[in-house]
Amino acid sequence: MTASPTVPEVGARERFSRWADRHRKWVLAGPSMVFTLLMLAIPLGWTIYLGFTDSKRSVRRDFDFIGFENYAEALTDTERFWPSVGRTVYFTAGALFFELILGMIIALLLWKPFRGQGVVRTIVLLPLVATPVAVGMMWRLLFEPNIGFVNEMLSWVGIAPQPWLADPATSLSTLIFVDVWQWTPMVALILLAGLTGLPEETQEAARVDGANAWQRFWFVTVPLMRPVIIAAVLLRGIDALKTFDILYATKGKGGGSSHDVETLNVYAYGLSFDYNEYGLASAVLILFFLIILAVIWVLQMQRKGRES
Amino acid sequence: MKYGSKPARVIAAASIAMVAGALASCSSAPEVDPEAGIEGQTIRVTLANHVWTESIKELIPEFEKETGAKVEITQLAEDQLSDQYNVKLNAGTDEIDVMMYRPLQEGKLFADNGYLADLTDLAEGDKEWDWSDFQKGPAELTTYDDEIVGVPIITERTVLYYRKDLLEKAGLEVPTTLEELDAAAAKIHEQNPDIAGYIGRTGKSAAVTQFSAFLFSFGGKWITDDGESAIDSDEARDAYKFYGDLIRTHTSATINPEMSWPEAFAVFQQGKAAFIADADSLYKNMTDPSQSTVADNVGFAAFPAGDAGAKPYNIASWGLAINDATEKKDAAWQFIEWATSKQTMLEMSKLGVSGSRTSVWDDADATADYPDELIEAIKVNGENGVGQDRPLVIQVAQAREIVGDPIVTAIAGGDVDAAVDTAAKAFDEFLAEDAE
Repeated sequence: MTASPTVPEVGARERFSRWADRHRKWVLAGPSMVFTLLMLAIPLGWTIYLGFTDSKRSVRRDFDFIGFENYAEALTDTERFWPSVGRTVYFTAGALFFELILGMIIALLLWKPFRGQGVVRTIVLLPLVATPVAVGMMWRLLFEPNIGFVNEMLSWVGIAPQPWLADPATSLSTLIFVDVWQWTPMVALILLAGLTGLPEETQEAARVDGANAWQRFWFVTVPLMRPVIIAAVLLRGIDALKTFDILYATKGKGGGSSHDVETLNVYAYGLSFDYNEYGLASAVLILFFLIILAVIWVLQMQRKGRES
Repeated sequence: MKYGSKPARVIAAASIAMVAGALASCSSAPEVDPEAGIEGQTIRVTLANHVWTESIKELIPEFEKETGAKVEITQLAEDQLSDQYNVKLNAGTDEIDVMMYRPLQEGKLFADNGYLADLTDLAEGDKEWDWSDFQKGPAELTTYDDEIVGVPIITERTVLYYRKDLLEKAGLEVPTTLEELDAAAAKIHEQNPDIAGYIGRTGKSAAVTQFSAFLFSFGGKWITDDGESAIDSDEARDAYKFYGDLIRTHTSATINPEMSWPEAFAVFQQGKAAFIADADSLYKNMTDPSQSTVADNVGFAAFPAGDAGAKPYNIASWGLAINDATEKKDAAWQFIEWATSKQTMLEMSKLGVSGSRTSVWDDADATADYPDELIEAIKVNGENGVGQDRPLVIQVAQAREIVGDPIVTAIAGGDVDAAVDTAAKAFDEFLAEDAE
């Protein structure tokens, strides 16, 4: 028996399959996009909402809508909030400054091939792979004023022991050093990637024109590297802004007994986990979020401006 | 993150609680049957790093064998434990059945939030287990609004740890007053410039509990009977100054301003200090040769007397409670009942845990392995002891930071009076808000 030729009926399944085929990228990425959106949108929305309430002690208790009171409280608080903002800026700017300079030096040293380059690169990158909390604990021991290795080493060359993390005046700077120790390699890595992508010709041309090494670096390399440098500042800057692990691991709650390393992050953490002030903590976090957005925006503008 | 994995479930639970956050949580607790068969059930117990935890872990296989239930332990450091509770209980999790908590630190907050199940009927209904056998002070600390919400498991008092060899070398008797303690610390440091006469907690919050023994012994207190700040009384000012001077003036070392007990103990354990006053429940850290280089030379004494006599704290530092949101209250209660039974507490006592049952303290067997001097000190401290070591408020962490501020100033050698004035004002504002 032979089947009479008929136009095949397109089943629902077949239709879906065709549709899915045409929109493959959305179908595949869809679930994770929905998931990510929910994971971002719900907590963010909830935090914004909580920031307008007087929620404290437990979010399962009744609370009232109080408008911008929490924001007013935070923005007029010169005891904890503004000093935290100051420390956040100081820490971020300090860390970024040294990381960029050292990162650039390391990148330039690693730029041209030399014997044993692989080993040197590995050693330089080592701090990057350590967990920040472990790094914090390690430096806390090393900087211990009485039995720590750092003071021991100083004593070999006749330098008096320093208080490092123990003194409120030096603790934040000491932590900038720790951050620089850990994150300079990442900046170096980004800058090195930028350097390797630079055209040889411009350097050659500069050399022919009689520019010395410094001039070639300052007037040729740096301008060409500007987008990469801004990318490094963006990536590392946002990370440094929200540093928490090493601050908490070395100085504990509240940024230490005198709040000497209390950045915005540590402050917001303390507000919600120690004081159970969920409303105020949310408002502080939103303010922090806005600061980060503003920084990103400025840097992006910079980059776009340069590119165009 | 895998769907259905633990973190995913926590996030899901948190999100749901967030969405429903404004709605009052209404939990209709199922009747708890203390005799229910719990074979095959898994009881999830969250515990802190503590001698008690190490000891109960040795005994838990017996419980599992007896009941056929399985005990799953999550063990965390104090701060992490606290953070876990904050996140999970806020989200209304049912993933914690039994929780080890600090009645003085979080008891009021958790009970007020409705996180802790009411155990009154269960505790009072079991004559054999015998709630009346628990020491009065500790039992009061785990009771909130006339409801029993927890069972005290560890009690502690401030005890004075000292170095026998150093005292002998200096020809000194064990100090019985705070003045003598100060003089002894000075003399020993003079003789041994590398050794601190006295070491203690220095961290703002951490120091509060140990400082309380000094405060009470000077005749001061945290809060007046009218619920106002009492930290600016003359007695309290003297206590702040004394504690700061005691730590600062008898040492040549740089003082680490963030010390809690592990750091302060480490100094003593390394032979770098002559005296430390801290919780007696931690004594094994001093006498265990694997942790302490001066294990053989550690002496114990009752807390020295100040102007108002010797008034160390005598408190329940930890208790066990049931998460009100759990669906396994039967099993949870059976675990608590077993862990706090006379027999288990006796066993635990033999392992070095100072429990909360009167009958166990009266049993000579229970404390046979304790150093004699320590038992003597515990007895004396127990008689003089005050039932609190920190302000009894809801938001304890915040209160500790406020009243701890002058301690830090005193240790740093700053203007204590000014610090006390500022702290007293802040404390008054805090107390008014906390009472709302």
